[in-house]
Parts: sequence; structure tokens; C-alpha cells
Amino acid sequence: MGLILAVAVALVAIMFATGNTTPRLGVDLAGGTTVTLKAVAPKNNPGAVNSTSMNEAVSILQQRVNGMGVSEATVQTEGSDTIVVTIPKGNNTQQIENEVGTTAKLYFRPVLAEAPSGVTVTSSASASASASGTASASASASTQANAPSGSASASPSATKTQGDAVTGDLTKATATASASATAKASTTPAATGTAAAAAAASSSAAAAASLTTGTVPADLTTQFANLDCSKAAQRVDHQTDTTKDAVACSSDASAGYYIKYALGPVAVPGTDISSASAGISTQNGGWQVNLNFTSSGGSKFTTVTTALAKNTTPANQFAIVLDGKVQSAPSVSSAITGGQAQITGSFTQEEATSLANVLSYGALPLDFSKQDVTTVSPELGSSQLTAGLVSGAIGLALVILYSLLYYRGLGLVAIAGLAVSAVLTYAIMCLLGATIGFALNLPAVCGAIVAIGITADSFVVYFERIRDELRHGSSLRPAVQRAWPKARRTILVADFVSFLAAAVLYFFTVGKVQGFAFTLGLTTLLDVVVIFLFTKPLITLLARRKFFAEGHPMSGLDPKRLGVRPPLRGGRRPAETKEA
Amino acid sequence: MSRFGNIGHRLFTGELSFDFVGRRKLWVALSGVIVLAAILGLSLRGLNLGIEFKGGEIYTISKPGVTVSQAQDVANKITGDNSSVVQSSSSSSGKQITIQISAAENVTTEKAITEITSQLGVPANQVSTQMIGASWGQDISKKALYGIIAFMVLVTLYLAVAFEWRLAVGALVALLHDMVITVGVYALLGFTVTSGTVIGFLTVLGYSLYDTVVVFDGLKDATKKLGTQSRLNYSDAANQSLNSTLVRSINTTILALLPVAALLFIGGGLLGAGTLNDISLALFVGLSAGAYSSICVATPMVAWLKEKQPENIALAKKVRQRRAAEAKAAAEGVVLDQADRAGQDDEAAEGNVPVSSGSGAGGSTGPRRQPVNRSRNDRRAPGKRK
Repeated sequence: MGLILAVAVALVAIMFATGNTTPRLGVDLAGGTTVTLKAVAPKNNPGAVNSTSMNEAVSILQQRVNGMGVSEATVQTEGSDTIVVTIPKGNNTQQIENEVGTTAKLYFRPVLAEAPSGVTVTSSASASASASGTASASASASTQANAPSGSASASPSATKTQGDAVTGDLTKATATASASATAKASTTPAATGTAAAAAAASSSAAAAASLTTGTVPADLTTQFANLDCSKAAQRVDHQTDTTKDAVACSSDASAGYYIKYALGPVAVPGTDISSASAGISTQNGGWQVNLNFTSSGGSKFTTVTTALAKNTTPANQFAIVLDGKVQSAPSVSSAITGGQAQITGSFTQEEATSLANVLSYGALPLDFSKQDVTTVSPELGSSQLTAGLVSGAIGLALVILYSLLYYRGLGLVAIAGLAVSAVLTYAIMCLLGATIGFALNLPAVCGAIVAIGITADSFVVYFERIRDELRHGSSLRPAVQRAWPKARRTILVADFVSFLAAAVLYFFTVGKVQGFAFTLGLTTLLDVVVIFLFTKPLITLLARRKFFAEGHPMSGLDPKRLGVRPPLRGGRRPAETKEA
Repeated sequence: MSRFGNIGHRLFTGELSFDFVGRRKLWVALSGVIVLAAILGLSLRGLNLGIEFKGGEIYTISKPGVTVSQAQDVANKITGDNSSVVQSSSSSSGKQITIQISAAENVTTEKAITEITSQLGVPANQVSTQMIGASWGQDISKKALYGIIAFMVLVTLYLAVAFEWRLAVGALVALLHDMVITVGVYALLGFTVTSGTVIGFLTVLGYSLYDTVVVFDGLKDATKKLGTQSRLNYSDAANQSLNSTLVRSINTTILALLPVAALLFIGGGLLGAGTLNDISLALFVGLSAGAYSSICVATPMVAWLKEKQPENIALAKKVRQRRAAEAKAAAEGVVLDQADRAGQDDEAAEGNVPVSSGSGAGGSTGPRRQPVNRSRNDRRAPGKRK
């Protein structure tokens, strides 16, 4: 008994010494956001989800979240394939939510062929392709500056893409390969426009497939023909192997429709990026992401741009493929050296910052699907906490009341035991919050309240055993001793089953259920500790007191009330007499 | 109070006894009807799965003055139809309104929040949102199912080792019984199944078994030396053990239900529908079913299995013969019976034969109601145990 009290005092002392006097509260009680991400193994590599890749993902996510200046965010794995990102209240949860789920697998792939997808060409398109003006090839290494093919975009939506003339997006809607290939900056807008308009008009009934430019490799023909990027379900990552050709959709429909691409093998992987930052484009004042390559990445980039510059449109473009979607596909007119590049597009500042952040800290090794995103306002959190605490207090009060009514003096022992148990649970929760990041959430509070029943039950088992012994006519002190082995076995067996349930729950489930299982398991263990080291010694001590030993009516051990007669005298059992 | 204590004592001595094991048919009928209703409810009505199982968004607004119909208007505007579910619940900090929008509506969170904040005049940081992927519910149910299977296998193995396989079967049947009833109540009453429900449901597993194990522990104790006497057959001994632990069972159930009820009625009342309510509701139903099943399902089931054991068949035969003799003796006069009883010093006879232990019951209980007889017998027993 002294031991457990010493432990309790020590725990409380540590709690105060380290300043962890309150348990760490979960998002549902304190307010904030949790994002639950589940790793999805690629179809061709089901073993990809393992502890190594999960830990890598956690550290990358941690860096990303910290990179956004979020304070006290936690990234934890749960189970074998789930990561939970917890963001306290007062942060820009929307941005975080968008960013944590992004895999950020970035590849630079040469474009082999492209076509507008899911679009019906109409002859009404005014093809005033005056965009050529901006297409002067700049000597800088910036990729978008090398987008002279803008002039050729005499597609039906050419007017729409005007504003983005300097961006790589411009090349998306190339209607006539020959025109754009040869046109370059010298093409007269009117001529191209007419040609395109004529072409569009003549093929207005034809499917978008007829608008395909470039050569689709044989192995992708079917896949490319079937790909319909206007359907959200098909705008996914189609890449299976970095060394093979792949199809992809454009990330947005800024031209009014999505564009599908046939792409060559990965020329430069995103891992060759040394840093990324968001900045304002000097060309059009829009937001862009500036990339710096590592030295090997830079030389690869030089090699590929050198080769591309010799090709004709659309094969002179390289696609920046982020998570399987073509972010932009600038064309190259000359080799780009210097190890720098820009990704442009219709970014907002937030998007550009997010993308730069994501690219800086690397791609996640796995794909993740968002399972659950929960944002709890601080108001709701505190009212949930209040409700949990109030109902817990009332539940505890009811248990105490019942124990006192039924067990009288023994009820006090039960209350003392519950109190020790509560202090231990609270102290351990506070310390675990500081050490392993255990957060008390609503289900955990629930588990603690339910555990009151389990803890109380151990007392009931022991008390009833003692009473049974008394009913046999034993006096209190031997009864306490004799009841113990039986009660002990029952308590151990029952607590084992309860602990088993908690352990199984903990290992098989995630999130909320785990919090609940953890509390239940913890309190079940504490129950065993308390009954062995506190309740039993306390009852043994009390059994020596006159109040209990003589069965005072208020002790809960009054033989008369238990129905035993004759009353016990001085703790001595009347001599055994055998009558016939 | 003292009367309550007396009941405990009378139950312990067998003076007061409920025949749980003997009324097997009643329990089979009762449980059968409940389980059948649960299964029917489950197959006909099905479970009312919450949005967590279908995917979608939940927006919780706590602003006084916002009415459900206002919120419904906004929700309809967001989705373009009236598919969203708007509910209100009162909490300590005023009324709360939740809007549930199914994932099928394809509404972005930003758009919905913009609509809600502008239309209802709620600041964005006071809107709690929960976005649930469509696979979340399936995922957690699948994991819960694996958990249940693993738990059942482990616990059956454990019980088979710690007790014996017949008891493990009894416990398992009781467990399934509780699970079906809990799920059935949800189906029949149409309560929404949420992640909280799953938690509560999983806890019922542990708790239901906890209760059964405590009862079985007493049962094992009471039937240990059954073979050395001829007054009680297995069912009688099982019933006697049930009765002597009945006070514990009732107390435990009350003590376990009190906090759960506090959670359900007070926590739920303060907060309206929510995690607390969901967990405690499943627990409340499951715990009640568990208390009933460990007494009326698990033990009779075990007794039924045990009665088929050769040694217990032999014992039952011995007991029948003895009772026939006793009944005959009773017909001739009680003196014989008393003399007979005085010579009976079996451990298992510490208590008394339940009132309804077969046809010979009248004969055997009559004299034992006399207090002198009982206390003498009671006093003797512990002496023997030293």
C-alpha cells in the first residue's frame, strides 16, 4: 500500500515538476483539425506500404507542416497504413488540409502527343491567334519563356488562352501540328487563325481524337484513345513505371477543356530538385514556382531540353507531371542550362506556396487517400469537454453513492481505491501526453468513464467474497485473508479478458477507437495494480480496527445485516459442535 | 438496506433461489424471440448508417438564433437539391445545428463554408467541419470486424485453457447473443450507426465477457467437487452458484451501468447527439444484454453441455435415485430426511438445494427452511475448509 501511494505521489510530483499538469487534449475537445490519411499501395507493388515508407512519409509530412509555420502540429502513424495529422486551432486549416494529402510525385517527361479531351469542336471558334507576340524566346533558363509555339495555338479556344500566352499551358490547344510547328514567332496571326478555323470547321463533327498532334506510341494507342480527361474519375495518376511511356491529363481546364497527353519516360525526377520557392513571374506578374535542380538534375535537364529543342511541336515540349497530372507543358526552343526552371500556371499565391513547400520537402513515397478531415471549433470542443467531465463526475458520484449505500464502511474503501485509481490515471495521461503524444479525446474520456465500472467491479468481487466468508461464520480477519485468493483469481481472469479486448481493439483499429482502447487498457491494468497494492492491504489493515472487526452496523460487515447468526464475538468463531 | 443485505444472504444460502438453469426453455424462448426480432429488424430494416459510412461532410454550427429551416434552405442552396440532412440539438452552449452533405453531391468544403458563413452570418471559425472519405466507414468496419474475429479466437482459446471448452462455447454463445441484440436494437429503433457506435459495440464484447467470466469463475468453484456427493446434479450446482453470485452480478451491472447511463442521459442531454451519446447508447444496450446473457444464456448453455458428460449423467442418475428415496421418506415423515441430512457433509452441500431442484424439491427444502438447521450447517462448513 505504501508502495502504490509512493508511486502515486512520485507520479504527481513528476507531473508538477515537468509542468504537465493537464492531459494533452485531442482536437475534438480543444478545437482544431485532424486529417486522417490512409496509404494506398500501388497496384503493381502491394508491399510498398511498410514501416520504412510510412516513417519516411511521416517525416516528410512533418517537414511540410512545419514549413507552413504551424505550431504544435503532430504527425503520427496509426496502425500499419494510416497517418493522422493533428493541427491545433488557429491555423489555416484549409491550406494544411490541401497540402498534407498531396503526394507531390513530380516528374519531367517529354511530350509525345497531345489532344483536347472530351471537347466537341465548333466552328464558331474565333481563331484570332494574335498570341504570337509574346513568343520571343528568351535566353533565360526559365521554361515558360521558351514557349514560342504559343503563336500556333489557333485552336477554338485560342482567345481564352491569350492571357496565359507566356505560360506553358498555351501549347495545350494546338489544333494544327504543322501550323504551330512551323509558325513560331514569325507566323502571321491571321493566317494561322484562318487555317485553324478552317481546320476546325472541316472537322467540327469529328471527335477530339482528330485533333491529336504528335505521334502516340504504339503501346499507348488504345489507352490514349480511351482516356477522357473530362471525367474526374479518369483524371488520376496513370503512370506505372518511370522508365515507360504514360498517358496523363492536364491538371486544369484553363483552356476551357482538359488536355490529354502521351508522355515519354521520366527525363528528370522530382527528387533532382534541390529547392523550390514561390515567386511572382517577371513575365506576366502571376504566381509561379521556381525550381532549382541539383547538379545531376541540372545536367539531365540540359540534356533533355537539348534533345527536345530539335523536335517539332508538340514533341518539343516537356510536361511537368505532378501526381500524375500535367501541371504545365512548356515547349523548348533551345537547351536550358543553369539548373533552374519555373512552373507556371494559373496559381494563386497560396497554391504556389503550397506547391513550392511540397516540392522542397520531397515527394511522399506513397499515395494517400484522405479518410477523414475533422475540424472542431473551439466552442464545440469545450462544450464536448464539459459534457464529458460533467457526465463523468455524475457517473462517479452515482457509483460512490451506491457503494456507500450498499457497502457502508467498505464503500469508503472502494472510494479510496477509485480515488487512487483516478489520480494514477490522470497523472499517467498527463505524462503520456508529454512523452508519447497521447491526446485525450472524447472516446478516451468515454473509456475512462466506462472504466469506473470495471474498477468498481473488482471491489464488488472482493467484498462479496469477504461477505461470503462471513456468512460461513468466519470472523473478519480470517475472512479477509481467505476471500483474497478466490477474489484475486476472479479479478485477474476478468481483467485479463477486459485487457485482451482493449489490446485487440488497439491493434486492429485506428483513430478514435484506439484512444478509447488505450484508456480502457490502461485503466484495466491500473485496476489490477490498485486492488493488489492498495485495496487488499487497506482492508487487511482495517480488519484490525474495532469498527470493522466487530461488524459495526455502519461498517458494511455487520453479521446481523448479512444475515449471519449468532453474532461474532471478539472475532472468535463459536466452537464447532456436531449435533445429530 | 438491511433487507437488501438479507436478500444477499438468503440467496447465498439458497434459502431464496431463482431457478435460472432449470428454466432453460423460458430463456431459449425469450432470447429466441429477441434474437429473431433483431435478425428480422436487421434484414428488413437494415442499419441506419451514418454519413461516416457513406462519405460526405458534416458542418456543425453553434450560433443562437439560427433555425433548422434556415439551415436547410442554405443546405439546399449548396447542394442544389434537398438531399442534405439538417438536425438540431441543444447543448450547454446553446443550440447546435448540424448539416450533413453526402459525398455524392460533389460540393467542395470551401464553397459550403462560404455559403454557410455568408447566408447564416456565422464566422468561419465557428463552423466545425468533418470531411469523411467514402471508404472511411468501410475501413473502420472492416478493421472492427477483424478485431472482433481476433478477439473471439483469442478469448475462446483462453477460456478453453483457463476453464474448459464447454464454458468457452457458453461464453461465445452469450457474446454472439449480446452482439446480435445490440445490433438488432439499432436496426429496429433506427438509431444512426456512427464511429462512436462501433466503439461502444466493441466495448460490449469485452464487458459482456468480463461479466460471463466472473460468473463462470464462481461456477467452476462450485462444481469442482461435484463428483463426491449425490445431492446435486450439475445443473443444480450451477444454479446454486449463479444465485450465490447474483448479488455480485447485480451490483456489478448497476455499477457499470451508472456511469454509462450518466454518459447517455446527462452527457447526451448536455450535448445532444454526438460521440458520447453514440458510445453510451451501444454500451447501455450491450451491457444490459450482457448482464442477462451471462446469467440466463451462458450458464444454462454450459449446464446443458455439461449434463451430456458421462460423469454428469451418472451424477444426475444418482441424484434422481436419492431424491426418489427422499421423496419416499418425506411421505413417511420428515424425521428420516433430517437424519439423512445430518450425515451429509459434502463440500458441495455448503449451501442448500434450490427450491425447484426437481420433483423431490418439496421434500428436501421443507426442513431446510428451519433456521437452526441452516446456521448449524453453515457454521460447520468453513471449519472443514481449514
